[in-house]
Parts: sequence; C-alpha cells; structure tokens
Amino acid sequence: MTTIEKTTPRYQGKRHRLAKPELLAPAGNLEKLKFAVHYGADAVYIGGQKYGLRSNADNFSFEEMKEGVEFAKRYGAKVFVATNIYAHNEDVEGLEEYLRALEHAGISAIIAADPVIIETAQRVAPKLEVHLSTQQSTLNWQAVQFWKEEGLPRVVLARETSFKDIAEIKKHVDIEIEAFIHGAMCSSFSGRCVLSNHFTDRDSNRGGCCQSCRWKYDLFVDDMPMYDEEEDKFTMGSKDLCMIEYLPELIEVGVDSFKIEGRMKSIHYVATVVNVYRQAIDAYFEDPEHFELKQEWIEEINKAANRPLNTGFFLDEPGAEDHIYEPEEKAAPYDFAGIVVDYDPKTSFATIQQRNHFKVGQEVEFVGPEGTFFKQTVTEMTDIEGAGLEAARHPLQQIRIRTLKPVKPMDMMRKKLGRK
Amino acid sequence: MAYKPELLATAASLEELRRLIAAGADAFVIGEARYGTRLAGEFTLEMIAEAVKIARPHGVRVYAALNNLMDNEAAESLNTYVSTLADVGVDAFVFGDPAVLMAARSHAPGIALHWNAEMTSTNYVTANYWGRRGATRYVLARELNMEQVIDTAAASDLEVQVQVHGMTNIYHSKRSLVGSYLDHQTEPERLPQKDKDRGLYVMEAERQDERYPIYEDINGTHIMSSDDICMVENIHELLEAGVSSLKIEGIMKSMDYNETVVRSYRQAIDSYLSDPEAYAFNEEWLEAIQQIQDPNRELSYGFFYKEQVY
Repeated sequence: MTTIEKTTPRYQGKRHRLAKPELLAPAGNLEKLKFAVHYGADAVYIGGQKYGLRSNADNFSFEEMKEGVEFAKRYGAKVFVATNIYAHNEDVEGLEEYLRALEHAGISAIIAADPVIIETAQRVAPKLEVHLSTQQSTLNWQAVQFWKEEGLPRVVLARETSFKDIAEIKKHVDIEIEAFIHGAMCSSFSGRCVLSNHFTDRDSNRGGCCQSCRWKYDLFVDDMPMYDEEEDKFTMGSKDLCMIEYLPELIEVGVDSFKIEGRMKSIHYVATVVNVYRQAIDAYFEDPEHFELKQEWIEEINKAANRPLNTGFFLDEPGAEDHIYEPEEKAAPYDFAGIVVDYDPKTSFATIQQRNHFKVGQEVEFVGPEGTFFKQTVTEMTDIEGAGLEAARHPLQQIRIRTLKPVKPMDMMRKKLGRK
Repeated sequence: MAYKPELLATAASLEELRRLIAAGADAFVIGEARYGTRLAGEFTLEMIAEAVKIARPHGVRVYAALNNLMDNEAAESLNTYVSTLADVGVDAFVFGDPAVLMAARSHAPGIALHWNAEMTSTNYVTANYWGRRGATRYVLARELNMEQVIDTAAASDLEVQVQVHGMTNIYHSKRSLVGSYLDHQTEPERLPQKDKDRGLYVMEAERQDERYPIYEDINGTHIMSSDDICMVENIHELLEAGVSSLKIEGIMKSMDYNETVVRSYRQAIDSYLSDPEAYAFNEEWLEAIQQIQDPNRELSYGFFYKEQVY
C-alpha cells in the first residue's frame, strides 16, 4: 500500500455497517422531501441554490433545508445535498460560506465530484460527510481506495459498474458503496458529456444539461444515410433503470445505499417508488430465506414509470433493447389526483387536497406507506362546507369523499390517465 | 528560466511521429486503447519503446496515454504496465483515473504525471489538488473560455496544457450505441465496421450544417465535435498567459494535415518567442491550414471566446 501525501484530514476509524442498506431518495423540493421520508426513505438528497446539477429544479433555500432536516429527523432520516458540479474558477468564491451554511442547516452529507468542493468541505465544514458523486465515474477498486484514503466514507459508483465489479470493489475496500438502483440514466459516462455545451451553449457539468442524448439523429457513413425512410432514427437515449427484481442480489453484493434517481420527478413518482423499495427491503430482512418478489411491487413501479425499464449495466452491457428508438410517450399511466389530509372514522369521509382533476364516477386508487392499497369509485363528494360536488376542478381545493377503507394523512389518491 | 512552451502532438504511427518531429513537434501523446482514450493510433509497448528511441535524440518527449476510466481488470494490470513504460523511458503518464496515480506511486515513482480528465478539469483549485497528490501538469477542459484559461494558468502551481487545434470529444459512452442502433434496424448487417476510420457521423435535425463524427472502439462510443479548434491566429494570447503546453489533436486527420498544422504553429510560436514585443501574426500560417481543411468542418475558436450558461 502506498502512502498518500495530503493536507486534508483523513476519515478516522472504521464505519459501522448499516444493519440494512440505506434507501436514498431524491427530493426536488420540501414537499417531495416530506413524502419521500414518510414513504420510507432512510435519507434524501436535495439541491441547494448553488453548486448542484439541476439548475432548473426549484432547489432548496437554507430555511427550507432546516425544515427538511427537522422533518426527516422525526423519522430518523438524513438529508444530503448534491454539490456535484465541476466548478469553474468563478464558482470558487462563496464555496466556503455555502458549505458552512449546509453544515449549520444540519445537512448530513454532500455529494461532490470536484476536488475543489471535496477539499473545501473537509477543511471548513468537517461535520459534513463527503460522498463521492457518480460524476467521477468510479469503476475500479483502486480508485475507490484512493478516495477512501482521501477521507471519504462513501463512493457513489459509476452507473457502468456490474454486480461483478461491485463485488470486486467490496472485496478490496472497506468503504460504503452507493449505487443507483432506479431511475433515468445518463447514457454517457457521467461528467463525460458536453453535448449541451456544443448544441446550446449550456454547460452540462454545471447543471445546464438539455438532454440532447434523447434527441433523434440521422446517422451517415460518408454521405450515405444509414437508415431507410421508415426506420427509427439514431439516439443515445437509454431506458430507465429498475432493479426491483434483483433486490436480494443488491443486498448480498453489499451495496450500502440504494439510490433512486429523480430530483425533477413528481411527488407521486417519488412516493410510489420509495414505497415499493421500502416494502421490498423490509420484507427481505424479515425473512431472507423466503423472500419473494411480489407482482404488485412491479405493478406499482409501472404505474409511476415514465419510460420503459431495464437493468442498466448490472448484469450485462446494454444492447439494442436497452435504448429507446421509438417516439417516447412521456406520461406515466397513472397520476396523482389528491393527498389525504384528514380522515373521519365516524363518517368514513376523507378530506383530500386536490392535485389533479377527478370526478364522481371515476375509478381511483388509494396508496399509503406500509402497503396500504385499495381501489374504489368516487361516489359521494362534497366541498369542505359539505356542498355536493360532481368534479374536483380547483388545484389544492379541499374535497371530502367517502372512502371504502380508512386512510391516513399523506396517503395518495391516484387516477388512471386517459379516458377509461 | 526562459519560457519555453511545448508544442504537443499526437501520432497514429511511427512514420507520423518522425514527420511531425521534423515539422516541429516538441512532444507526443501515444499509447494503446486498453489504457488510453481516443488515441490517434495504436502503439504497442514495443512501438512506444521505438518512439522513445526516435524522439530522444531530437530532445522530443513521449507521454504515455493512460487516461481511460479503468475497470477493475485494466486497473489490476496497471502496476506492470506503468513499470514497463518507465523502463521504456517515457517522460510522463497522462491519466484521468486515480487508479493510475496509485499504480504510478508504487511502481513508477519519478515519472511525471499529467492529470487529464478532459471535460472535468475546470478550475485552478482542483489543479493544485492534483498537484499536491503528485501531478505535474493539469490539462484544461476544452469548454473553458480564454479568461478562465488565463486565470487558471496564473493561479495553478502546475504546468497547464491547452488544446489549440483539432477536434474534441463531446460525448463518451461505455455502450455500443452504433452497434445497438444497427441491431435495432431491419438490416443490421449493413455496416460491418464502426471504427474511427469509417467516416461515420451523426446529424441533428436543426443543425444540418454540423457533422458530428461518431465511432466505436473497445472503450465504447465516442462522438466528436463538428468543428476543429484553430487558435493559430491568437496563439500569442496563450503564450502571454504562460501556458506550458499547446496541443494539436491529430485524431481522425491525415498525416499531411497534421504536418501542415504542426508547421504553422511551430512558426507562430518561434516567431513569438524570438521577439514577443514585435510579434505579428502571419496570414500564411492560417492559409496553409485552410487549404488542407475539410470543407465540411469549420475552423473555430472552440469555447475560447464564448459565454456559456447553465
């Protein structure tokens, strides 16, 4: 083993293994954070006003971070902040202050790729753990060893690593390994794509990605087109990752943190996906010998899915069937219709905050943490004063409907999209 | 010490290396695809040894490309590879994965290390970070503008390398994307070769003037810029900034082309160095390049004079 000459403090001591892998969920705003935690995330990652890669998301203020940390604490959950840009010289100013403010807000860890951010955090905000971002595209155990010696307790691996690669890394290095298990993926090595810079003068490694990999392209050899008129065009766009069917393998290979992608995704998406993985992980640990994948978990995930799903690089290198050449259907088949804010067991009426149009006669589903699930038709519906309603038209309006079974605050009501 | 910037080139073969030495290159990056990313040509260890023998009498340096993102298998063979390269006498390792740093420290101490992670080398603090861990040179991302280049050269404790000519990579995937696309099509066998000599490019509906070369090799799929950076007119700005190394990227270009380009930059640099005060740009240096430039590829300033948003 070589010694590393360095000036930054090293991580001291051996970390306790987590009893269960951590379920780490994205939270694009405070409300999404609350849903992710309530539905079972052990930790959430968010973006602040600076240094994150989602400049279009409605990122957190420090006040919102504090509220998020307080909320998460009640569930024993942690909040991480993505500071995963590759900084330019002009970004260096203000970094120390920003990182100190994160530490002060009670943030547990930052997710960083650029050494300027890693090193500065270690120096000025020692209570913040630094997790190496997937933007470093770490694929091998020697690189993981390097980052461990640099004092990092956790490495988020490149999305190009397979089960075999992860096993090899875990065999050689005692460090927490975080891996993406669900969501959209860069089809390039993370951080190694500047399509947006070239097409639109937007800096992808500072949050300006315009997803040009999902555009369609004509492929030529010299001046000859490599496609016929009726054929699909070339694209780099990938299907989304979904590892629900390989949960025991993920646990057994020793992934410490299961990461769900999607800071830009809806409450409905985040809550639904977290809910499924939470139940699956808990079921596995309750009885690993008899663990069985439930069909309803797959159905649930498909209700929130925006794209067709695959297993990324975990099993094998992706091929033709792992990319999306056909026109994309954007919408998930189900959408959020409302959130339960109250329930009166005497009358069996729930108070629902409207999030999308729904009406009497419509089929809806109620979903909540820990497996709450039932379908019903909306029959009796009133406004908050008790006046009868045929449809819930107004965003955030409080609506009362009779439910077939008891529900709890933060349970979701969803409806199938499209007519019938 | 007198300022002596380096004119760095690539080579696809030993013959090209000889010709570009004669045209005025001071140093070369060469290697093999198992360890190096997007190389102009494939150099086995024996060829690298031969290149060192050819270069040394001219005072020309040879840098070995080890800038792949390494998988476990490649990383585990690094110790042997770096010690062999050290024996062969290369002057530096070009790297973008910390695994190479680990291997070099233990198995090839004393060889200079050039940090080159392409698009992610974007600020002077990170330059100095890699410097404290053993790197002697920081290769700047091509997405920086002139002001950022000048500031980084001034604030960095390391040598700074900047690409001044040629194409750049704009997207690198581990996936076989051309192969996957062909498999998806009704006649998947229509294109037997997908390597960089095949002349493949992609075009986007709203950018019909831009041809983005695309190719596959053992490291995945690479998409390249539709233009070639050409900074010969403004080379004095980089020389005034004290940039240590000016790189001409020769990937996917003919030997004749690279020879012309190296000669023009050599003349410009020598002219500047002989008398910086009296330096004046000579249009012939640019015209020589324009004459041999592929008309489908614009000579551009890259991102040197652009403002990007995010």
